[in-house]
Amino acid sequence: MNPTANNTENNIALSARNFSVFYNDFEAVKSVSLDITQGDVVAIIGPSGCGKSTFLRCINRINDLVPGCHTKGELIFAGKDLFHRDVDVNVLRKRIGMVFQKPNPFPKTIFENIAFGPRLHGIKKRSQLEEIVENSLRQSALWDEVKDRLDKNALGLSGGQQQRLCLARTLAVEPEIVLMDEPTSALDPKATLKIEDLIASLAQKYTIVIVTHNMQQAARISERTAFFYEGSLIEYGQTKDLFTNPTKKQTEDYITGRFG
Amino acid sequence: MNYQQNLAMPKHLQRDIDNLKQQLLYLCSVVENQLALATRAITTQDENLAKEIADSDDEIDRREVEIEEACLKTLALHQPVAIDLRMVTSIMKINNDLERIGDMVCNIGKNGARLAKESPVSYNFDFREIARLTGIALKQSIDALVNEDADLAMEIAKVKGEAETMNRELRRKAVEQIMNDPANTKTYLRYRSISRNYKRIVDLSSNIAEDIVYMINGVIVRHNYDKFADDDDE
Repeated sequence: MNPTANNTENNIALSARNFSVFYNDFEAVKSVSLDITQGDVVAIIGPSGCGKSTFLRCINRINDLVPGCHTKGELIFAGKDLFHRDVDVNVLRKRIGMVFQKPNPFPKTIFENIAFGPRLHGIKKRSQLEEIVENSLRQSALWDEVKDRLDKNALGLSGGQQQRLCLARTLAVEPEIVLMDEPTSALDPKATLKIEDLIASLAQKYTIVIVTHNMQQAARISERTAFFYEGSLIEYGQTKDLFTNPTKKQTEDYITGRFG
Repeated sequence: MNYQQNLAMPKHLQRDIDNLKQQLLYLCSVVENQLALATRAITTQDENLAKEIADSDDEIDRREVEIEEACLKTLALHQPVAIDLRMVTSIMKINNDLERIGDMVCNIGKNGARLAKESPVSYNFDFREIARLTGIALKQSIDALVNEDADLAMEIAKVKGEAETMNRELRRKAVEQIMNDPANTKTYLRYRSISRNYKRIVDLSSNIAEDIVYMINGVIVRHNYDKFADDDDE
């Protein structure tokens, strides 16, 4: 059984229910439960090794590729547990896209980078692919910079442009959720700002879940923030509340820089 | 889960916030001292003391600007959040309220200096009690700030109520005396103004208390105190 429809009950895009992740015997994520609303930008913060990237990478099951990684509990998307044996991970990864910390364009032309995904999913007509490529590059605010060199190798782009290209590549297959794992940590402030502005323009249309070490970034761009510590979800709430009056002392200590 | 309690603030932020607190507490002591002098000037009809208080407002104004600039610098350089953000924004607001208390004290001093020059009137207005309450309200708000005590801050509501009652009585008496002795209307209006200034100081001390509650608990309690009607803020 594949997820074929959005779970629009209560506008929830994704639910975690007592979700745990293990690397062999080590419990990296401990019984996390949270709901992510459709159209929200959710930031996940926490110190290194707290399980935030592990959690993120389970949402599109990229952790399936890690030997010894197994899960307990549920991640519910479109009414179904993502880890159900009948779930087609290729379809899943079309609907839940991912942008990584280090930009990773294919060693192909800019055009081919974007067209690759739609072509894989059955779109062959050139005119349709051209439309998808332009639309995706416009959505990622890259079109004007590359429209005259779509046949050039993507590796010739700057770091910030490459990251926007990776985002465009994700958007080309029309996902519902976009996962971002520290997407700006390798970029300069100007490129970072462009990505943040992009997130602002893509929000509402897409549900975005972003792992970030930059707390000011989390505060700037997200509606809700989840704070992880040592594998556990300590606090999850509206960003404006979490950053002015968090309910948990651990959250307050972390966001105010009172590290242990 | 092993979690360490009572962790330290980042050093640069600690340094700047300690500096802000120090400056604010010094301003508190200046204002408190000026209030005590103003009360003595009124009750002893000491013209020189009253004039000295009226002239001392410059120091309070200067310090208020310095504290505000230091707060803005802290916000710009550190982008504090949560309790640190609430602390800096509360310091800014308390700073402003202390400066306004300074203005009220200055007005009391000015009115005291003028009263000392005017002929005595038949009715003796006694400000000792309202002055005592005002001193308590200000001291309580400062103590709540020093000790970061939200419960103590909330108790100022009681003093506020008593001061309002007293101000109303003094105001009523002034109006009565104006009707009985219109030749000395100016003097009675001055007495009324002094009473109002004391009551405003209590109001501002209450504002400080509300800011302290916000700083500690993150809850805005403004407008939730029992309010007396008829606030004469002319």
